[in-house]
Amino acid sequence: MGSAAKYIEDNYKFSGLAKTVTWVLLLVGLVSLVLLGLEMTGEHSAEAHHAASARFWSNLYVNSFFFFGISLASLFFMAIHYAAEVAWSTVLKRVIEAIGTYILPGVIPMLIVFVAASMHMNHIFHWMDPQVMDPASEHFDALIAHKKPFLNQTVFWGMTLLFVLGYIWYQRATRRWSLQEDEQGGLEVHKRNFNWSAAFLVFFGYSSIVVVWLWIMSIDTHWFSTLFGWYVFSGIWISFMTVLTLVVLWLKRLGHMPYVNRKHIHDLGKWMFGISFLWTYLWFSQYMLIWYANIPEEVTYYIPRMFGEYKALFFGMVFVNFVFPMILLMDSENKMNPAYLTIVGVLILCGHWCDVYMLITPAVMKSHFHFGLLEVGLALGFLAAFILIVSKALSQRNLLVKNNPYLEESLHHH
Amino acid sequence: MHKEAEIREPLILGDKSYKQITDDVVAPVFGKANTQWWIAFGISAVIALWGIGCILYTIGTGIGVWGLNTTVGWAWDITNFVWWVGIGHAGTLISAVLLLLRQKWRMAINRSAEAMTIFAVMMAGLFPLMHMGRIWNAHWIMMPVALFKNNFGSLWVNFNSPLLWDVFAISTYFSVSLVFWYIGLIPDFATIRDRAVKPLQKKIYSILSFGWTGNAKAWIRFEEVSLVLAGLATPLVFSVHSIVSMDFATSVIPGWHTTIFPPYFVAGAIFSGFAMVQTLLLIVRKVLHLEDYITVKHSEYMNIVIVITGSMVGTAYLSELFIAWYSGVEYESYAFLNRARGPYWWAYLAMMSCNVISPLLFFSKKLRTNLWFSFILSIVVNIGMWFERFVIIMSTARDYLPSNWDYFHPTFVDIGIFIGTIGIFFCLFLLYARTFPVLALNELKSILKSSGNNYKAGTAPDPFKHNQSALAATSGLGKNDDLTKIEGIGPKIAQLLIADGIASFAALSSADVDTIKAVLEKAGKRYQMHDPTTWPRQAKLALEGKWEQLENLQDELKGGKH
Repeated sequence: MGSAAKYIEDNYKFSGLAKTVTWVLLLVGLVSLVLLGLEMTGEHSAEAHHAASARFWSNLYVNSFFFFGISLASLFFMAIHYAAEVAWSTVLKRVIEAIGTYILPGVIPMLIVFVAASMHMNHIFHWMDPQVMDPASEHFDALIAHKKPFLNQTVFWGMTLLFVLGYIWYQRATRRWSLQEDEQGGLEVHKRNFNWSAAFLVFFGYSSIVVVWLWIMSIDTHWFSTLFGWYVFSGIWISFMTVLTLVVLWLKRLGHMPYVNRKHIHDLGKWMFGISFLWTYLWFSQYMLIWYANIPEEVTYYIPRMFGEYKALFFGMVFVNFVFPMILLMDSENKMNPAYLTIVGVLILCGHWCDVYMLITPAVMKSHFHFGLLEVGLALGFLAAFILIVSKALSQRNLLVKNNPYLEESLHHH
Repeated sequence: MHKEAEIREPLILGDKSYKQITDDVVAPVFGKANTQWWIAFGISAVIALWGIGCILYTIGTGIGVWGLNTTVGWAWDITNFVWWVGIGHAGTLISAVLLLLRQKWRMAINRSAEAMTIFAVMMAGLFPLMHMGRIWNAHWIMMPVALFKNNFGSLWVNFNSPLLWDVFAISTYFSVSLVFWYIGLIPDFATIRDRAVKPLQKKIYSILSFGWTGNAKAWIRFEEVSLVLAGLATPLVFSVHSIVSMDFATSVIPGWHTTIFPPYFVAGAIFSGFAMVQTLLLIVRKVLHLEDYITVKHSEYMNIVIVITGSMVGTAYLSELFIAWYSGVEYESYAFLNRARGPYWWAYLAMMSCNVISPLLFFSKKLRTNLWFSFILSIVVNIGMWFERFVIIMSTARDYLPSNWDYFHPTFVDIGIFIGTIGIFFCLFLLYARTFPVLALNELKSILKSSGNNYKAGTAPDPFKHNQSALAATSGLGKNDDLTKIEGIGPKIAQLLIADGIASFAALSSADVDTIKAVLEKAGKRYQMHDPTTWPRQAKLALEGKWEQLENLQDELKGGKH
């Protein structure tokens, strides 16, 4: 019993049609990126050039953040798994770990966007324009200048690097210790995981709010909302839960993970259902209070989203992200049904991609709204890169952990 | 079969059997109250009476007897209201959310936490009622639902006001919590009924238990209803305190209007609610001798919830502070500066130190497993949470005109009513502790085999096994079959049958139904309701090894006529 659980060999290999399709999608993504880039170079008016640049960078940023967020949330979920002494998800640990491995490659496009922003190659962060902080300039903005102690390159880069390094360290450490536990057994590794996970939760709790302020909220430089950090966080959390479910269903479909039973799937379905509600609750709390109070400082955020070109996408994504999981996953049978979970999962992922799009794009592209095939192509390219990286991590290790003290309980989950 | 990880600490200590659990839990109901109980009840009753006196004085005289003034139109009443509603959060959270998350440690604490919820929400409800002034018109707020026709023509409540949403949210929450609590109590009331000897007591518990028989069908429905109610109660936990927060956040008052209020109020409510559960249960375990069920581990789990929700509240405080500056809105910044450095700085200091700093001590395993420390800190947290509400509300004591600035002094009536509600609350809780099964004993039994100390250690006695082999040796029947494979036969009945010579499938298949009935009847009232008609038929299938057919038959029996 306990740590003496049977070793089940379960090796995944990414191959066949799926692999070919993924590479094709990656190619589609690269082509889309190049085409988006080429748009900037043509003989255009200054305004058209500006619009093309905004489109290129905001799309790159949306996809970078969306997939980075998924792997970041996987670290949070892993930390809860340890700190809350959870057993059921032990059989899924390798999948959670694999999703986490995207964080290191995933941070690269983020940093490209930030470096380009700092070098004024793009205008995602309005406050990075030195003119708005300069009282002598005609573009001087007193309100933004007031925020200078926080919105400046030193704080931005200092915090970004500190927090990103912290996330990457935790990801690498848990991945390493996971293998160590397989080989060595005993409780030492488990206890270390518990302690560091509790510490990571604190670190994550504070840092995730600050990075959201820096990375996302500061795009709408004038605007502020105290709830914003938790709102964005709940979005990446639901995206991660959905990805986890889809990967597990995919692996089971291929005949892997026979030890993952209906109840494990049920729990994944419950998480998708529950966190969709959490996200909607936070979305509504922020929206409703701002709508009700109707203060100019605050409604500036919603006006372009609610009444401008983005209207359909904005309300559409709220509808998809709330109504579909609510209706389709209400029934407990549906929460165990792979077909339902897959359909809802794909819808949720599309919906939350749109949510990230709505966080970033309206403030960057403003009235130059443009949503075409290139947007879709780039997103598919990022998806392909994500799949390739996660698949590689999945194939590197046995899909079931060994020697984890909760393994036996998880295997008998019902 | 459920296999609990060995690394988990036992949740039921000592060498318990099912019977022992019942004995321990119902003991306070049948026993006499001790002196400590009477002293505690006496003190609470005196305080409660004083509070009721102050309430009556307020109603008779008008709310002018409170310390309110032109600037401070809302002070202790709303602070106390939010404080009590917040405390009322943990009960439903423990019963609903922890049920959905299948946390076994909830079994020992859910009943009392739910009771606390009911009583705390009742206390909360008093304050808005009193603040109405003319309490005899209070039912007007329910007018749309009560079809009440008033004499003043078209007089409607303000549907745009979060105060009215509060009425709906809290009354819904109260109703669902009450039903949830009561449903859980039914099987346990039945257990008390079955043990009661005094006719009146038996009669009362018999009515309370709704004729519960404990058959499998009833248990299935019980579990289904619990899950449905848990599903309903979970969003309610969120909605109630979110709407309470909207009493403030929908306004445009600096310090009140901030988007984080709904989730932050919910986190704060869970935080204070768990602190109150901690306070109450640490007393209960001692006074009612339930140390084996409400263990240090339970206390530690609650402390972990306290440190998590406390940290959430802490991040919310800091977010608010930061955004107050970041926003560049000077009124907002001033509201926060005023909180920290204005005339109520002491309240702000109390809030920050009690709520943000002190729970951090629970990161130390040594401190969070120390019961005395947990007890003291749970009270500290509740003091801090009272000050949090006070601080938020007192932001209005300084509005835009310095000539309006005034300081709030509570009168003896303010203080009397607040202290009085604590007295009423404790009176109710003490009465509950003497008359209700304070632990969900039937749910506790469900975790005994996986989380009981003796079962985890493998030292639990197995009376059935023992009897079986002893009987087999004496009856000469050779080997006994496992009669519990027959639908309708549990370990107890199997023992009875074996004792009567029916120890194998062969013997049972050829036995007469009336003979079996006689055996059951002889054993007493509890066994008479079992219907053995199908047992020989089932035993025949078992004897012939036709397990699949037996299973089909049993499914049919379970689903249909049985």
